[in-house]
Amino acid sequence: MPQFEAGTFDCIVIGAGHAGAEAAYASAKMGASTLVLTMNLDMIAFMPCNPSLGGPAKGIVVREIDALGGVMAKVIDKTHIQMRLLNTGKGPAVRALRAQADKVLYQQEMKRILEEEPNMTLRQAVVEKLIVEDDEIKGVVTQIGAIFRAKTVIITTGTFLRGEVIIGDLKYSSGPNNQMPSIKLAEHLQELGLQTVRFKTGTPPRINSNTIDYSKTEIQPGDDVPRSFSYETTEFITDQLPCWLTYTTPETHEIINENLHLSPMYSGMIKGKGPSYCPSIEDKIVRFADKSRHQIFLEPEGRNTREVYVQGLSTSLPEHIQHRLIASVPGLEKAEMMRAGYAIEYDSIIATQLWPTLETKKIKNLYTAGQINGTSGYEEAAAQGLMAGINAACNVLGKEEVVLGRSDAYIGVLIDDLVTKGTSEPYRLLTSRAEYRLLLRHDNADMRLTEIGYQNGMISEERHTKFLAKKAQIDAEIDHLRKVTVKPTEEIQEIIAAVNGTALREPMKAADLLKRPEMKYSELCKVVPPLEEINEEVAEQVEIFIKYEGYIEKSMQQVARMKKMENKRIPENIDYDAISGIAKEAKANLKEVQPLSIAQASRISGVNPADISILLVYIEQGKIAKVSG
Amino acid sequence: MHFDTIAAISTPMGEGAIAIVRLSGDDAWKIADRIFQSPAAKPLCEQPSHTIHYGHLHDPATEELVEEVMVSIMKAPKTFTREDIVEINCHGGITSVNRVLQLVLTEGARLAEPGEFTKRAFLNGRIDLSQAEAVMDLIRAKTDKAMNVALNQMEGKLSHLIGELRQALLETLAQVEVNIDYPEYDDVEEVTIPLMIEKGTWVKNEIDELLRTSSQGKILREGLSTVIVGRPNVGKSSLLNSLVQENKAIVTDVAGTTRDIIEEYVNVRGVPLRLVDTAGIRETEDIVERIGVERSRKVLKEADLILLMVNSSEALTDEDERLFEAVAGMDMLVIVNKTDLPTKIDLERVYEVAGRDRVITTSILQEQGITELEEAIAALFFEGSLESNDLTYVSNARHISLLKQARNTIDDAVQAAQVGVPIDMIQIDVTRTWEILGEIIGDTVQDSLIKELFSKFCLGK
Ligand SMILES: Cc1cc2nc3c(=O)[nH]c(=O)nc-3n(C[C@H](O)[C@H](O)[C@H](O)COP(=O)(O)OP(=O)(O)OC[C@H]3O[C@@H](n4cnc5c(N)ncnc54)[C@H](O)[C@@H]3O)c2cc1C
Ligand SMILES: Nc1nc2c(ncn2[C@@H]2O[C@H](COP(=O)(O)OP(=O)(O)O)[C@@H](O)[C@H]2O)c(=O)[nH]1
Ligand SMILES: [Mg+2]
Repeated sequence: MPQFEAGTFDCIVIGAGHAGAEAAYASAKMGASTLVLTMNLDMIAFMPCNPSLGGPAKGIVVREIDALGGVMAKVIDKTHIQMRLLNTGKGPAVRALRAQADKVLYQQEMKRILEEEPNMTLRQAVVEKLIVEDDEIKGVVTQIGAIFRAKTVIITTGTFLRGEVIIGDLKYSSGPNNQMPSIKLAEHLQELGLQTVRFKTGTPPRINSNTIDYSKTEIQPGDDVPRSFSYETTEFITDQLPCWLTYTTPETHEIINENLHLSPMYSGMIKGKGPSYCPSIEDKIVRFADKSRHQIFLEPEGRNTREVYVQGLSTSLPEHIQHRLIASVPGLEKAEMMRAGYAIEYDSIIATQLWPTLETKKIKNLYTAGQINGTSGYEEAAAQGLMAGINAACNVLGKEEVVLGRSDAYIGVLIDDLVTKGTSEPYRLLTSRAEYRLLLRHDNADMRLTEIGYQNGMISEERHTKFLAKKAQIDAEIDHLRKVTVKPTEEIQEIIAAVNGTALREPMKAADLLKRPEMKYSELCKVVPPLEEINEEVAEQVEIFIKYEGYIEKSMQQVARMKKMENKRIPENIDYDAISGIAKEAKANLKEVQPLSIAQASRISGVNPADISILLVYIEQGKIAKVSG
Repeated sequence: MHFDTIAAISTPMGEGAIAIVRLSGDDAWKIADRIFQSPAAKPLCEQPSHTIHYGHLHDPATEELVEEVMVSIMKAPKTFTREDIVEINCHGGITSVNRVLQLVLTEGARLAEPGEFTKRAFLNGRIDLSQAEAVMDLIRAKTDKAMNVALNQMEGKLSHLIGELRQALLETLAQVEVNIDYPEYDDVEEVTIPLMIEKGTWVKNEIDELLRTSSQGKILREGLSTVIVGRPNVGKSSLLNSLVQENKAIVTDVAGTTRDIIEEYVNVRGVPLRLVDTAGIRETEDIVERIGVERSRKVLKEADLILLMVNSSEALTDEDERLFEAVAGMDMLVIVNKTDLPTKIDLERVYEVAGRDRVITTSILQEQGITELEEAIAALFFEGSLESNDLTYVSNARHISLLKQARNTIDDAVQAAQVGVPIDMIQIDVTRTWEILGEIIGDTVQDSLIKELFSKFCLGK
């Protein structure tokens, strides 16, 4: 194949899934000339699995993406069919939004946004090779021999690398949803010395809505209150579609047990490691044999389609067994299967080969983001894409790189986990992975990250001004409540009695009264009206801040302790072999991960406190040597 | 550089009568002031640096008098660590030194890691480069040793108990996490506030019980109970006197010392011993029979270590052999005394009946073999062969301070639950309790929660 020069850019993004779209948007927005090369332009931001975004932890990530100036939140705000705020009965730290997406509209909207972006070039192409000189990326070569040159390249090829689809005993080379797999690129990455592992994931069958008897299921409507992920959204979708809930039956379980030998999971055909948090129905029934039924959620895939996603029935059993499984579920007796469920195996890169900027250690200016890094999920992919895009652009523009800490954002937790610990199965964010989740809330994502987005040119002046005003309003109102004294008037006693509180005996600071668990800010406002009119978002943050001040304080102290260690940088050229006393396993892992700070080092598995002490001493020694020399 | 305040006993255990608890860090003087009262009634913070003060320590929580002490205060930077330093000199031996240490830990100091004072001295530029390597070796060596001891303790009751508490917490945590991360799954029962209160209170009570028994723990309070047995005139009293003379006896106010039994408190190479000479009782009676009786009595039943003594200058008697049988199965050292006299005893037979227990030959008269005996006792203890019933001596100060922290955090959780704070807030303290307990047994891996989550509950699409 003859090769030809096809153009030069600041940044090339390979792939336009959730990671690629976000990466390209960020890099272009920041002012880097950006080229997106993707296999199929009709498949931008395609959702090969759940037509749904958000949920605990993930929903907060979407908010964080928005606060940093990313696009995912804005797109879903425009294209969802249903939205719900989850965990409202619990504390503020774990509230999260979830949306059901109109799959096709979502893709179209994302494509439109990318097309509108001034510094962006979209091109349909299959990348087969990277141009690497002196361990530095220079560009890419496509299937037809086009050479695109660039200062930075971001690979976001998801589950395509040597993808193999498995249904029963059928196994064939393929990307998700029968798209082309990326075999040449996968081989090339290995030749370049990037280490990969084989992971696996799966998806349930889709059925035709017209053939579902919904009377046998329970309806799951969206919230009545209009909601949005983005802080900028002003128009809300009111016309929502419901989801539906049904259950597996003893018959379902019987069918599975009888046909287990046909499942590629159990026949040994699948070797890739699947995620334990997304078990197939086979897995669930084998591992939790004593459970008599499992929930099945029926989720419409969009407004202009009758396809319904059968959440809970992920399987790679042969297609004829899948038919029987579906028919064994109440409401689905006559359901018509439109697509069979399947499992997919693919290569992913061992993420400890990356710096926290998502740049590869091996090849300078090459970044990877998304499922290729061993994660799973649209939000996880988008978050990495955004950070890789920002960092690639910073790199090109000579700006300081952006690395979020574990106390800054779930995104920080995600990337730190990946590059520090790696992962032995597809990685999904969970609230329990965040040690400071009280600080990483749904409501305060803007407070945490807007400034960073603004400094990098991802947030408009107008939005920034609004943000500052909101912040000032929150501070002023908190201050106000701390100063104002509430006297035991009849009015307040009535309010207190209404929430079953103990009556006031003496005057009390409004803030202290609000700290009572049963007291609501909205009630308190009746006697202590805000300084100026405030919206619900402001009220929410004021209430949370005052009510949970003690807990927030505790978390902040924890963060302060960690930050000290975070600020102790490890010199880049440190020679771990030269340090006597560090245990063997610790040494090996330190060499692999090459942590940037003492705090990061302490999170590496196999590195214990004694090793850290020795490392500290060694580093200080170096410092002193420098000063005296 | 800025560090927190650390504390440790800085005189080697067992050496000399005075032990020093040293504090180093920004809060050293402040912590000392909270527990120190002097006749001058002037706070230490207002005293000049590098001065020594006489006074009393008291426990601010109970207002109880703890110790009569001399306190030296030194202001940074002219100190060993280049930080503020306080040295509390106590003359009370192991029991009181431990109490003082615990007191400063409760008041906010953190127990120093092995070699940490030296490390700080280095980090703050007090020691020069050439010493750095040595410091590293020191840290490694000491940590490893401490870890070995710790590991041995881990097989014991404490780790088992802590393991149970952690498991209970972990299960509750996992369930709360599932409720949070998978709110739509109806098959996972919501963790209710009453359940949280019930579990939390249970854990708190268990920790309280642990703390109660640990502060009465006989090792801490009384030392390892060590009983010397043997026929009359083999030299038991002589051994006791010799150990006491060599190692300054610990003055104690422990009640319940029986008139029949002679007890002395000594500190042998860092191991606190309560030596019991059974020969204080009527010598004329059949000693084996007496042992039989005593075995069912407290002294022998609670003995952590038996020193069985035989006479080298006499043949092994039937009575000696029956003595061996009477104490079979207990931790024991066999002492063949009076080696200065012509040997009549069948040593091979002694080794045979001693089995796996160590045999040490001594002449108390000529002060021979006593060093070996002391080393053997220390070795048994530090290698963990000696099991004590409660918290072990080596790291108990650390354990106790961690247990106190755990008790406080779980108490916070329970109280918060009682006033209706949302469950995921309460969870912060429950998680912290779980982590602190993990520190005691050296296990705080975050991932175990996530593993628990997915092995216990059926989740996912
Ligand atoms: C069958 C299946 C089941 C899944 N199940 C779950 C689940 O249960 N839970 C969950 O959280 N997530 C699941 N996912 C994962 C989720 O879909 C992905 O995490 C997410 O889409 C990853 O985004 P990405 O941008 O990294 O990759 P993708 O969205 O896969 O995008 C990859 C992009 O790269 C392009 N590309 C690939 N190779 C080349 C090349 N050589 N040249 C040019 N372009 C290329 C593709 O065309 C595509 O645009 C599943 C995915 C699949 C396929
Ligand atoms: N020769 C010799 N005599 C000893 C030795 N140890 C103790 N004795 C003497 O043995 C006698 C009995 O000692 P004592 O300690 O009272 O024995 P007990 O009855 O076992 O307590 C005393 O006269 C001691 O001086 C020793 O090692 N060598
Ligand atoms: Mg005697």
